Amino acid sequence: MFTEEKQNFLTFQDSDSLVPETEKEVADIIKKFYKSNASLEVVGSGSKRTIGKPLQCEKTMILSKLDGIIEYIPAELYIKVKAGTKMDKIINELKKNKQHLSFEPIDFGYLFLGKSNCGTAGGQVACNLSGPRRFKSGAIRDNILGFRGVNGRGEIIKSGGTVVKNVTGYDLSKLICGSYGTLAAITEVTFKVLPSAKETRTLVIHNLKIDSAPDYLAKAISSSCDVSGASFLPTDPICNNCEMNIENTFKLNDLKKEGSITAIRVEGTKKSVEERIENLKIILNVYRNDNLSILATLQSEIFWKKIKDLEFFSETKNNIFRIVIPPAECGNLIYELPEKFKYFLDWGGALIWMEACELSEQKFESIRKRVVKHGGFISMIKNSNHLPYVEDVFTINNSRFNISQSIKKSFDPKRILNPEKMYTGI
Amino acid sequence: MTNLSMPKINRKTISKKNIIVKSLKKIIDPQNVIDHKDELKPYETDGLSAYKQKPLVVVMPKNTREVSKILSYCNEEKIKVVPRGAGTGLSGGALPLADCVLLSLGKFNKILEIDYKNRCVVTQPGVTNLSITQAVQDNNFYYAPDPSSQIACSIGGNVAENSGGVHSLKYGTTTNNLLGVEVVFMDGSISRLGSKALDAEGYDLLGLITGSEGLLCVITEVTVKILKKPQTIKAAIIGFPTIENGGKCVSEIISNGIIPAGMEMMDKALIHATDNFVKAGYPRDAESMLIVELDGTETDVSESMERVNTIAKKNKATSIKISKNEKERLKFWAGRKAAFPACGDLAPDYYCMDGTIPRGKLAEVLKEITRLSKKYNLQVANAFHAGDGNLHPLIMYDSNDKKSLAKTEKFGAEILKYCVKVGGVLTGEHGVGIEKRELMCEMFNNNDIQQQVKIKKALDTSNLLNPGKVYPILRKCAEEGRVHVHGGKTKFPNIPRF
Repeated sequence: MFTEEKQNFLTFQDSDSLVPETEKEVADIIKKFYKSNASLEVVGSGSKRTIGKPLQCEKTMILSKLDGIIEYIPAELYIKVKAGTKMDKIINELKKNKQHLSFEPIDFGYLFLGKSNCGTAGGQVACNLSGPRRFKSGAIRDNILGFRGVNGRGEIIKSGGTVVKNVTGYDLSKLICGSYGTLAAITEVTFKVLPSAKETRTLVIHNLKIDSAPDYLAKAISSSCDVSGASFLPTDPICNNCEMNIENTFKLNDLKKEGSITAIRVEGTKKSVEERIENLKIILNVYRNDNLSILATLQSEIFWKKIKDLEFFSETKNNIFRIVIPPAECGNLIYELPEKFKYFLDWGGALIWMEACELSEQKFESIRKRVVKHGGFISMIKNSNHLPYVEDVFTINNSRFNISQSIKKSFDPKRILNPEKMYTGI
Repeated sequence: MTNLSMPKINRKTISKKNIIVKSLKKIIDPQNVIDHKDELKPYETDGLSAYKQKPLVVVMPKNTREVSKILSYCNEEKIKVVPRGAGTGLSGGALPLADCVLLSLGKFNKILEIDYKNRCVVTQPGVTNLSITQAVQDNNFYYAPDPSSQIACSIGGNVAENSGGVHSLKYGTTTNNLLGVEVVFMDGSISRLGSKALDAEGYDLLGLITGSEGLLCVITEVTVKILKKPQTIKAAIIGFPTIENGGKCVSEIISNGIIPAGMEMMDKALIHATDNFVKAGYPRDAESMLIVELDGTETDVSESMERVNTIAKKNKATSIKISKNEKERLKFWAGRKAAFPACGDLAPDYYCMDGTIPRGKLAEVLKEITRLSKKYNLQVANAFHAGDGNLHPLIMYDSNDKKSLAKTEKFGAEILKYCVKVGGVLTGEHGVGIEKRELMCEMFNNNDIQQQVKIKKALDTSNLLNPGKVYPILRKCAEEGRVHVHGGKTKFPNIPRF
């Protein structure tokens, strides 16, 4: 039977937690809670536990003991793992065969703990927060082929398979991505994997401003150069209360210290990446520019890892939020936001990460209004002592809320799995 | 002809036909309501032409507001609704019911916005897949998913079926290239899911409705991603002495870190049939043949082609031909794309299956198909999207011979079950529809199916939207699952398939 033990590791404060070791035990626990109408917090290893609204559940179920790679066939381009398997274990296994997860899983440890804490496969799926290659290779939801899990009635359910082309029944694998454990406790995940590139190069244009940088990113992505990373890290605004510091974060030999960074990545064979960097210089009309840095494979990999893992926010005590908008809107939106907040652009401008000191809920809501007007959404990722709670962590409108409520009911009619974590009433 | 049980006909609805037609004519322009039995005939079937049923009435709304009013009316009056795009689907997803309002989206035929800055196109659902690419190709952009029926199939139908194409391994299927939709639910409520942004927050409702085969909502607007055309595209045709050699070559190409834009395989029967049909210059002595298409920069393509060449030789390739120009590349594809009509020359009828298998199991599955072919004494030709594991066996038979049809049905069911047995799935791109409905329990247990049915109920309380599709009615696994083609003719004989 599953263990019921005192836990106090990482961010867990609960006096007692349930730690099932098999899928059947997960089902038994949920069945028991379903019968007694008690609520249950579901977590992987807890690395992203603080995202979403705080829960008041009877107990916490930790899935980290559902650990292990079930099946990995490199030639079939998939890996099937138990949901509690740590991401670094998966990534290292894939590396042995020169393969990777193309959505670039984010290690949120740097943001929340100041050091690596990569979390579990189930946690990645539940949060669906993808790394810099997202605009080219898709989100986590595009890279999941199938899953198994236990719904709020304690029934084991599955969807999908191990193949990329599959239209058999509703695509529930997508639905559980980004559902923060509110629909089912995920017990098994099959990811699509792809070959890693041999080489990578990053072209950095220095000293651009927000009024022109997004155009450079858009031009690069809209070219035939097969760009796989496109970020902009400004040096302004300057705010002494914010942690974000580009110069301290990116101490790389070949990276000039010449102000803001507009970074464009290409990946492939040596000859191909070198050719594409030269093409990009022509397309972006910067081939006569002295203010360029070129990062070769080793430094380029370090650079994008730091971008992906939000290392420049490491140990910040401020609020961190995330904005996703149509890429062409990012320049205009930045002008409308409070001048003081530090930020950077990823996904060619389609993603903005922002650090906000002295944020109030009212101010956050006024930012949300602007973001929604531009066709995007905003989510609070990290709270601060200053603003430890916001009522609406995620963005939703009435129509989608009503549909989501119906969907929740079909999986978890008594609302016992992570109730209220995403939205009040869900 | 297979007997297929469909949802019970509501006699009350049939008897109220005149009132229903009158009401619908008040909701939309009366000219767009079709109820005369002769005029209903074109709507009696879709691409799965073995099944025919005239609807009660056809409506052709012009805008979202009209769709909303129609659905709201039908929901209140408990009238079934079957949505229909271009009607090219191969699994009977748009097959009408005798007591249904058939909702055709044919009048939603305009591209609304081309937005190069956000690299997307906003369009009405009735626009064909190909016309999206045509609208942006002057600027060297294109829409990636390319089902072979792309000249006729509509983008709304592509979303409903999550259509694939030959480039799915590298570029994904519809679901990976879709940014947003506007939909109307059965109660008439209108919702926008997704936007021009890359992600949508909250439950992935866009992901849920993509491939939901018209059971959850009616799609009234679609926003898709467009991509810049690659600098260079080249294709190679490679002949092999055995099927195993071809299959092994496929696995080794992928294991070597090459992701081709497209990788197609054909067996000897199909090589001959298609080469006779279009003179594509295929290696007629080969037991299996691969078309490998690579795209990217000039350097990428030539480097990878060199590696493909080496791998092919290692696997005893008997011939390797690389396209010298765009004309030749298209010629290589012409044979493959003519697989459907070419088979029409071989036998009076054929059934087309649509399973997906792990690539590494190809030789095993083809061996089993060959064994079954002998067992049933029926000829079979195999087309295979080798890159993504999607297999299309075409079973030849003569429907005038009743015994032959029964044998074909058994043969087809055995193939699909074998696909599932080796770790594959029932349908890769044609959808479940009515065709594979009763086979769902080969893949899913009762819990899995009930969870899906509960989602359907959550969004369509009275089960009025496209009922009788996807989920088993019989509660037993009947032996069905194929596209029926009579006299070499499908509903749309000129459209390339697969």
